[in-house]
Amino acid sequence: MMKTVELNKKQTAIVQALEPQFKKAGIVYRLWVGLLLALILFGAYGLYKQIAIGHVVTGMRDNVVWGYYIANFIYFIGVSYGAAMLAAILYYFKVPWGRPIIRISALVAFITGIIGPVFILLCIGRFDRLHYLFIHARVQSPITWDVMVISTYLVGITVFAYLLLVKDFAILRDSPLLELPSWRRKLYSALALRYKGTEEQENQIDHSTKSMAFIMVPKVILAFAVLSWIFGMSLRPGWHSTIFGPAYVISSVATGIALIIGVMWVYRKLFGLDEYLTDQHFRKMALILLVLVAAFGYFTFSEYITSWYSSGKWEAAVTAKLLDFDEFGWAFHLANLFGIIIPIIVIAFPRLRTPNNLALISLLLVVAVWVRRYLTVVPPLETPLLPVQDARPEFLHYSATWVEWALVLAGAATFFIFFTLIPKLINVIPISVYEKENK
Amino acid sequence: MSESSENSRRDFLKKGALGVTLAAWGQLVFSCSSSGEGHEHGMAEQTDTVKVLTPDGQLVEVNRAHLMHAHHTQEVSYEEARTGVPGKKFVMVIDLARCTNARRCVSACQKMHHLPPDREWLTVKLMKDSKTSEPYWFPKTCFHCDNPPCVKVCPVDATFKRQDGLVLVDNTRCIGCKFCMTACPYSTRVFNWGEPGEPADMKTHYSSPETSIPGQVGTVEKCDFCPDMARMGKLPDCVTACPNGAFFFGDQNEDIVTNGSETFRFSELIAERAAYRYGEELGTEPRVYYLPPVDRIRPAEEALEEMPEERRKLYEDQL
Repeated sequence: MMKTVELNKKQTAIVQALEPQFKKAGIVYRLWVGLLLALILFGAYGLYKQIAIGHVVTGMRDNVVWGYYIANFIYFIGVSYGAAMLAAILYYFKVPWGRPIIRISALVAFITGIIGPVFILLCIGRFDRLHYLFIHARVQSPITWDVMVISTYLVGITVFAYLLLVKDFAILRDSPLLELPSWRRKLYSALALRYKGTEEQENQIDHSTKSMAFIMVPKVILAFAVLSWIFGMSLRPGWHSTIFGPAYVISSVATGIALIIGVMWVYRKLFGLDEYLTDQHFRKMALILLVLVAAFGYFTFSEYITSWYSSGKWEAAVTAKLLDFDEFGWAFHLANLFGIIIPIIVIAFPRLRTPNNLALISLLLVVAVWVRRYLTVVPPLETPLLPVQDARPEFLHYSATWVEWALVLAGAATFFIFFTLIPKLINVIPISVYEKENK
Repeated sequence: MSESSENSRRDFLKKGALGVTLAAWGQLVFSCSSSGEGHEHGMAEQTDTVKVLTPDGQLVEVNRAHLMHAHHTQEVSYEEARTGVPGKKFVMVIDLARCTNARRCVSACQKMHHLPPDREWLTVKLMKDSKTSEPYWFPKTCFHCDNPPCVKVCPVDATFKRQDGLVLVDNTRCIGCKFCMTACPYSTRVFNWGEPGEPADMKTHYSSPETSIPGQVGTVEKCDFCPDMARMGKLPDCVTACPNGAFFFGDQNEDIVTNGSETFRFSELIAERAAYRYGEELGTEPRVYYLPPVDRIRPAEEALEEMPEERRKLYEDQL
C-alpha cells in the first residue's frame, strides 16, 4: 500500500476553504485576465517597436540615458529582495505567526524577481549581444557583479519558493477533498517529487528549506549592496552617497512588505480567509513596516539635509530640483507624504491600524516608493556637471513615451496576472506548515 | 634614444606642416559644405570657384560643387586598434582665449565622422564660472582620461584605454547598457538612439575602434581624437578646422603640441600659460588641458549677439 500524505483537522479546513479557487472561473475573472493580457500584449507591441526602430522610440536621450526602465528595474528587484528576506527570516526563525504569510512572501519575491530583470534588458541597446556579458565579462564592472548576484539570486529564490511548495503539492496530489481533472493531479504529482511524507523525506525537505532560508539572507544583502553600488560607484551627486545602499535596502524591504500586505488583503477579501490571515497578522506586518518606513524617512532626511546644508554646487543643484515645485517638487514631497509620513501616522495609532487602513497605506506606499525610484534615477541624470545647452527639449528633460508607459503597465499587469492565476493552481495559504496542529 | 627621438620630432614637425596644407584644403572643403552655417557666423561671401592645392603641389581652380571630402583611413588590425600607436602619448591643449564659437571644429568633426547634425562628438559650451566673471566659449572633446570612469564600469570591455592614452569604443562589442554614459562626468558620450544615419557608402567602410565607422544602432560612441589620422601623423580635423588655432594636438612623450601653424613644447606651454584640466578634483586625470581664457581675442558676447534669437536662448541660463 502506497503511503499518502494525511491531513489533520486544520489542514482539511484550509483545503476546504481554498477548494472553490481550484474550480472553473467566472466571467468577471475571465474579463479581468483578458484585460491584463491585453495590457501585456500592448507592452509586447511597444517592445516590438523598440526593437525594430531603436531606442529612439523611448523618451531617453543622451543626458537622461536611463528612465522608466531602470526605475522599474530597481523597484521590482528591490521588492523581490525585500519579500525574499521576509520569507527567509520568517521561515528560518520559525516565527509562529509567520506561517500563513511565508507562501505569499515567497511568491511575491519570485514573481517580482522575474519581472525586475526584464526591465534592465529593455534598457540594453543591443539585445543580440547579451551573451557578451558572459563571454567578454569584465570583473571590474559593477554590472558584471550584478549579473552574478541577480542570476544566483534568481536560482536561490526559485529553489527556496519551490522547496516551500513541495509538501503542499503532495497534499494537492493526494487530497480526496478536491475534485481535479486528471492532468492537474499529474502535474501536482510531478511537482511533488514523489514526496510521501515519510520521516526521512520530511527531514530532507525541512533541512534543505532551512538551508536555503539561511543562504537567502546574506544573498539578498549582497544583491542589494551590488545593485545600489551601480549607482553609488558613479561620480554623480544623488547617487554617489554612502547612504544610498542602506536607504535602498530599507525602502525596498518596506515596499515588499507593503505589497505582501496588499496581496494578503485582496486574497482574504476574495477567498474569505479571515480565519488564517487574521487582523493580528496585519498588525504584526504593519509594525515591521513602521520600523522600516521610519528608518527610510530618517535616511531620506539625512541624505537631503546634508546636501542642502553644505555648499557643494553640483550636489545642491540636484537637491534643489527635488525641492523645486516647478521641477520634481510635487513628486518628491507627495512621495514622502504618502510613502513615509502617512504610513507612520496610520500605523503608529493602534485605532487606525485596521486591515483596511493598512491595505490603503500599503497601496500608497507601493506607488510612492516607485516615484522615489524614478526620482533616484532621473533628476541626477538631468543635472550633468556641464551645462546642457541643447535646443531639443527631450535632451533637457526626460519624459516617457507611450512605449515606456506600455511596457511599465505590462510589467504591472504581469504581476497582477500571476497573482490572479496562482490561486487557481496552488494554495495561497500553506497547508503543510500546520502538520503539527491537533496531533 | 636622443637621436631617435630627434628623428621622430622632426618627423612630427614635417607631418605638422603637412597638416597645415591639409588644413587649408580642408577648410575650403568645409566652408563649402557648411555655407549656411557660415552666413550665420558672419563669414565672407562665398564664390562659385575655389583655388585648391592638390596633394602633388599644384594650385588649381575648381567649382565648389565638385569638391568632395576625401578622407583616407589607414587600415589596422583589431589588435593594433586596441593597443594604440606605439611610443605615443597623445595630448590636447585648448586655448580658451582663442575660441570665438566659430563652430568650425564642430562641423569638421561632424563631417569627418559622418555624423548627422543632432549627434555631436565635439560641443562648444558657453561657460561662466561665477556671477562676476566674464563668460567664455569652451570647446569640449573627450578628455581621454588616464583614470577613465567610463572604462572602469564597462561590463564587456567595449570601451578601453590604449597605451597611447586614447579611450576608444569598439562599437561591435558595445551592448548599449549606457553605464559609461552615466559614469562620465563630462557628458562626453553619445548614443545611437536610432539608425546612425550615415551615407550609404559608409555602411561598408572597414570597421575599427579607430574610426567608429560604420556607426551601429544601440551603441555608444564619442570623440576619439581621430586615431586613424594620428597614426598617419596628421592632426585631428577639429584642430585643422579651427580658424583661430585654438586646438593644439601632440605627443606628450615628444613634449610637443601644434595647431598646424604654431608649435610649442607641451610642458612649457602648460606651465607658462597656467593650464588646467576640467574637473581636476574628480580624479579622472584628463588628457586635455585648457589654457585659461585670458586676453580673449573676442568677447564671448559678440558671438552671442550674432546668433539668431532661437540659438541665443540656449545660453540664457548660463549668463
